Amino acid sequence: MTSPHEFHAMTGAYAVDALDELERAAFERHLADCPDCRAEVAGLRETAALLAETVATEPPAALRDRVLTGIGTVRPLPPEVRSTTRPPHRRLRLLAAAAAAVVLAGAGAAVWQQPWEDGTTQGPTVAQQVLDAPDAQSTSLDFQGGASATVTHSDSLDKAVIVTSKMPPPPEGKVYQLWLDQPGEGMVSAGLMPVERDQTVVLDGAAGTATAAGITVEPEGGSPEPTTDPIALFDFGRSG
Amino acid sequence: MNHIGPVAAPPPEGGAAGPDLGELLRRAGRADEAAFARLYDATAARVFGLALRVVRDPTQAEEVTQEAYLEIWRTASRYEPERGSPIGWLLMIAHRTAVDRVRSAEAASRRDTTYHQQNQPVDHDATAEAAQTSLEVRRVRGAMAALTEVQREAVGLAFLGGYTHTEVATMLDLPVGTAKTRIRDGLIRLRDALGVHS
Repeated sequence: MTSPHEFHAMTGAYAVDALDELERAAFERHLADCPDCRAEVAGLRETAALLAETVATEPPAALRDRVLTGIGTVRPLPPEVRSTTRPPHRRLRLLAAAAAAVVLAGAGAAVWQQPWEDGTTQGPTVAQQVLDAPDAQSTSLDFQGGASATVTHSDSLDKAVIVTSKMPPPPEGKVYQLWLDQPGEGMVSAGLMPVERDQTVVLDGAAGTATAAGITVEPEGGSPEPTTDPIALFDFGRSG
Repeated sequence: MNHIGPVAAPPPEGGAAGPDLGELLRRAGRADEAAFARLYDATAARVFGLALRVVRDPTQAEEVTQEAYLEIWRTASRYEPERGSPIGWLLMIAHRTAVDRVRSAEAASRRDTTYHQQNQPVDHDATAEAAQTSLEVRRVRGAMAALTEVQREAVGLAFLGGYTHTEVATMLDLPVGTAKTRIRDGLIRLRDALGVHS
């Protein structure tokens, strides 16, 4: 779609945050492979920083107190250790803080009445089997606006199912993508959710080893790894 | 700082005899709160001024500033000197926080600020100017003045206004896609005029 030449024309807009969200994501993928653009962006960013000198304004003294009090409650991240891959669990925990739009409603609290038949009459569907499994465990989340979602996983079946109710459609050009947090691998895509308010979807992948499931909003077609903070996280209650 | 003439070294970050921001940032990354307080004192006017310029509302500018400094504190250990100066990194975080704020607010209700209102001088600019018409500020203003009008407006609307290149194109009646080129051309010209090297 976008040629390297076109990307090169974006360095300035990127350096001053004038790309929209999707352009920014695409440009950052390009940036990873283009040392020329990285160097140019760095220089243009330094230049923009000098422009900030011209608008410098002393903030109110009270702000200093709030900032310095505020940092007392925020733990600094450790330096990135380059020789090993980033511990996926830490990433998930950090992202969990961002999932503030959801309210934990307690495990297994919801009773689901939605039809989940897939149109066949060939015995119970995979979804039905998971939901009926003796070792099924559920976590429910309520969203603002009355929507809710429940993830049920069964270790014996190695599968997880998400059941949603009254989910608003994703933003234009976006999809809801499902993830499983796998130890040692991080967030692994578990497929896209069809755009319908009431859903029963079996997550792709081995739920028996996963420690949590998540939902993020991604560009159409989905992403190889989450590009936004999750709107929901379902902890499977495994320690560690 | 009123020596004029060739400057061998790049200007010190915090103005004359400013503290070593890189060192303060490194210590902040090790949870040194005193170092972070000094970092704040040395940079808050630029961070707050930029936030104020982008969001315009002083209360929101304070919130953006606070949010940006908490993020700087949280991620100080991830700062990589080879990718830019400490002040460049701080302002990048501040700018992105400010821009995210106006764009998410806009998703709900469009800003009614017109381009001309955007360019009205506001009180705090006068204060800032009186407080520090440093050599550096005059140098930057001079370089801005040397841009073409379209370049200057495109860079100003994008960086100080927080608008996307598509919005800038509409505001300046440019064909979509050319505003980003003007922003780049303008920044490159500024970079060369100011002798910035990455």
